[in-house]
Amino acid sequence: MQQEGLSNGFKITGFLNWLGNTTLKVIGELGAVAIFFLYGFVLIFSYPFQLRKIVQQVYFIGVKSFLIISLIGLFTGMVLGLQGYYTLVKFGSEGMLGVAVALSLIRELGPVLTALMVIGRAGSSIAAEIGIMRISEQIDALDTMDINPMRFLVSPRIAASIITFPLLTALFDVIGILGGYLTGVLLLGVNSGIFFNRIYDSVVAKDINGGFIKSFVFALVVSTICCYQGYFTHMRPGGFGAKGVSLATTSAVVISCVLVLVIDYVLTSFLL
Amino acid sequence: MAKPFIEFKKVSKSFGTLQVLDQVNLRIYAGEITSIIGKSGVGKSVLLKHIIGLLKPDSGQILINGKPLSEFSRAEWRDFKRSLSYMFQNNALFDSLTVFENIALPLVERTSMSQAAIREKVDYRIDQFELHEVRDRYPSQISGGMQKRVALARALVTEPTMILFDEPTTGLDPLRKNAVLNMIAHYQHEIGFTGVMVSHDIPDVFFISNRVAIIENKKIPFQGTPLELEQSDNEIVWQFIHGQEVLQDQLTGLDSRPEVEKLLKTLLSKVEKHEGIFTVALFSIDDLDEIKKGVGYIASQRIFQCLAMTLKNHLIQGEYAARFGSSDVLAVFPGSDKSRAEKVVEELAGECSRQELMDPAKYKKVCIDFSLKVGVVEVSSPIDFTALLTKARENLRVIAKMECKGVLSRK
Repeated sequence: MQQEGLSNGFKITGFLNWLGNTTLKVIGELGAVAIFFLYGFVLIFSYPFQLRKIVQQVYFIGVKSFLIISLIGLFTGMVLGLQGYYTLVKFGSEGMLGVAVALSLIRELGPVLTALMVIGRAGSSIAAEIGIMRISEQIDALDTMDINPMRFLVSPRIAASIITFPLLTALFDVIGILGGYLTGVLLLGVNSGIFFNRIYDSVVAKDINGGFIKSFVFALVVSTICCYQGYFTHMRPGGFGAKGVSLATTSAVVISCVLVLVIDYVLTSFLL
Repeated sequence: MAKPFIEFKKVSKSFGTLQVLDQVNLRIYAGEITSIIGKSGVGKSVLLKHIIGLLKPDSGQILINGKPLSEFSRAEWRDFKRSLSYMFQNNALFDSLTVFENIALPLVERTSMSQAAIREKVDYRIDQFELHEVRDRYPSQISGGMQKRVALARALVTEPTMILFDEPTTGLDPLRKNAVLNMIAHYQHEIGFTGVMVSHDIPDVFFISNRVAIIENKKIPFQGTPLELEQSDNEIVWQFIHGQEVLQDQLTGLDSRPEVEKLLKTLLSKVEKHEGIFTVALFSIDDLDEIKKGVGYIASQRIFQCLAMTLKNHLIQGEYAARFGSSDVLAVFPGSDKSRAEKVVEELAGECSRQELMDPAKYKKVCIDFSLKVGVVEVSSPIDFTALLTKARENLRVIAKMECKGVLSRK
């Protein structure tokens, strides 16, 4: 009896130990990411400005995502138009289709899906590229040349993300609305004038601002997480070399995606 | 002696529970090449990374021009760091930049030089290292030797006052290795930088080093000029400079020289007290150096191995043999008089003549005569160690011979 109590006691302290350790680890990691972000962010504004590198990154993260964002935007809009039409037609309010498509895209789907697509396309490669530079001592080499690796590698990527995310989101929204128009008006016969007029009437600046705030926050989170995972590839337990890079890339994508959805909820509840 | 440029004072460093440096003292002088040698994984690179601040000591101090690194202001540290270059073991070239961009990077990022000036400077280095053909290629598209040259060019382009080389020759073939060492020595003469080189290419690095430090077992048991190194009687030092012979001795089963020297000294002191008698036999292969030059290194080593192994087979417990020079083996017979040694010599002579290495037909291309000699000395009255060796050499007589019979001999 007493022994059983003892072993239960051990179980409970064991659990508490685990809980405490994990919490401390998570908080420590969050702190590290926050400092990493602040340092990288501040260095964007250090002189001389790295315009050339930022433009290169804008090209890589933004321009090269153009096609995929357009494609995803188009189909998202089209399916929204399709689904929305059949729902709204039940209530006889298919005239609201334009608003339904536009608002869901601008407030929600635009920023989120853009962020997810960019994570998959650019985020993973940021993590992998910086991770490989870490394991092949290229980051140490920068350090020995007295070139700040944070400024050289991380700052331009954060800056470029801040520029490209809202722009890509805008692109996504516009093409998505056109997709909705395609199915709603051209295929299913909703009146074109009503479609656009309702959008014009109902979408207000607050909706658009909300979408942009989201995409701005996503830009910071995604670029920081992906750079951070790559930058500290060598510190992760259980994975060295190529394996370490692959783990870093995986966690960069997974953590970014999860955070985007979580933050999306939090932001939405504040913005509404 | 001049003031050292960089001085380690009782520097200790551990990684977790693993201690790598234990109260290490090291001096590096300006304008010289200092080589740090040691086995793999004893902390040579750790030592280098302390100089450039990639690692910080747990305890102890690193002084630069007499001033502790920990007291450097940010500006001073930056100036010091900018006067350094570090050449990484695996080159650490930026693989997404071309050769030109790699070499130009420190100038582009750190200086406000105009593009034209940078291009001129970088092209000068590219010419110097004969890299024009690969100027616009990426590091992964060029050979390992070229990558080394690019790394060296990148290290030199900022005109540093000090360059740290982390195993610059590891993994290169002998020709490229010599080329890299030559390059380092050449530019050191020309530019006069202070070089610190981590390496285990012994003895090659000695030729271009002004100072050598050996790191072993978390400490630095020796530091000094290569000449002092050769004269040192420290056992670890001896093992390093005679690395190849040690390997040979292990292959043949010979005892280590310091061990046998120690034994001889006790035996000699016993004889001085009239407490015993012993005999030594010095076996020598005549013209082993000629064979090395004429026939080849391997042949010479095989002949030596053959002698050593046959000899070792005839020795009984309590008798020792060790290499005393490139072609000599000294056998010690404690407590025995001459007859025991003579018996071994006789057996050995018979066996050696039957070996295939003694067959001139084996040397089809180049053949050089050689002979096996032995000098036996019985020690019953006091004598000192060098006199004993001289006496043994004086007594040398031929016991086996390989003759090329003229036809194929180039000698």
